[in-house]
Amino acid sequence: MPKVHDRGGWPTGEAIDMNDHPPMDWEIRLNAIRQVLGQKGLLSSDELRRGIEAIAPGRYETLGYFERWAESIESLLIEKGVLAADEIDRKMADFEGGNV
Amino acid sequence: MSSHDHPHDHGSGHPGVSQDVEPGLHALRVKAIEALLVEKGVCAPGEIQRAVDAAESRSPADGAKAVARAWVDPDFKARLLLDAKAALAELGYEAAASLPDVVVAENTGKAHHLVVCTLCSCYPTWLLGRPPDWYKSLAYRSRAVSDPRGVMREFGLELDDDVEVRVLDSAADIRYLVLPMRPRGSDGLDEAALAKLVTRDSMIGVSNPLSPEPALAG
Repeated sequence: MPKVHDRGGWPTGEAIDMNDHPPMDWEIRLNAIRQVLGQKGLLSSDELRRGIEAIAPGRYETLGYFERWAESIESLLIEKGVLAADEIDRKMADFEGGNV
Repeated sequence: MSSHDHPHDHGSGHPGVSQDVEPGLHALRVKAIEALLVEKGVCAPGEIQRAVDAAESRSPADGAKAVARAWVDPDFKARLLLDAKAALAELGYEAAASLPDVVVAENTGKAHHLVVCTLCSCYPTWLLGRPPDWYKSLAYRSRAVSDPRGVMREFGLELDDDVEVRVLDSAADIRYLVLPMRPRGSDGLDEAALAKLVTRDSMIGVSNPLSPEPALAG
């Protein structure tokens, strides 16, 4: 059986859902972050995909498309030492607590 | 789609595409990451916003311009099929060095191309803008290779049996754009009017370009 991301030819009777959702602001910004990091040589498409493919199969299926991107990019930035997990947590807590 | 097939679908109607599993959590983490990248000097202030603006400025009208030019100029078409990046530069689309290779595949009466990215969502955003949700959906990624004619039928495109279907699976380093066949009855149209017939979906290959209005076709 191929890995969870390797989707070609997976058995499914599901019709193609042609509805498009308007992109959310955070999705647009995440896409831009990916591009800027790519231009700086800090994140290649292959690395983004490796990060996505490292998501546990059950979680991969349930996460939204950009949620998978977000988790991949975060783990790659931590892996490369660009950001630390605890500083992201602290920054999030700041935002949540309205300290910023 | 049926939501009971997707126990984790929270009702957005886009399984595997857009639903928030933990509403707001990823949005907040992304906000934190962006703030830290700027604080630590990895990204300059305004740099991410400029990338947002650049990405948002791209749309299928960009690809349509190239298709319409190829329809009216056989020499340009030949160059586009041979070396798409070089030909597109003639239209003012300068490719950054980091941009993946772009290959244009021409539909004919004998062969029809359909583009997919089975592994993820590689797409010529440079020429088409943001990919539609269905392009990224697990259903499309699965079925485009196993049942391409069935997929096209769902988009309203029924190909004759003697037309060969070629499915192009994109990758990080190579993106595909379909050069659809020029619609019948479009002989009298100029390049700008032709470009308006070229839809996003016709450049992915799931449908054909629009037909010209009889009154405009001359």
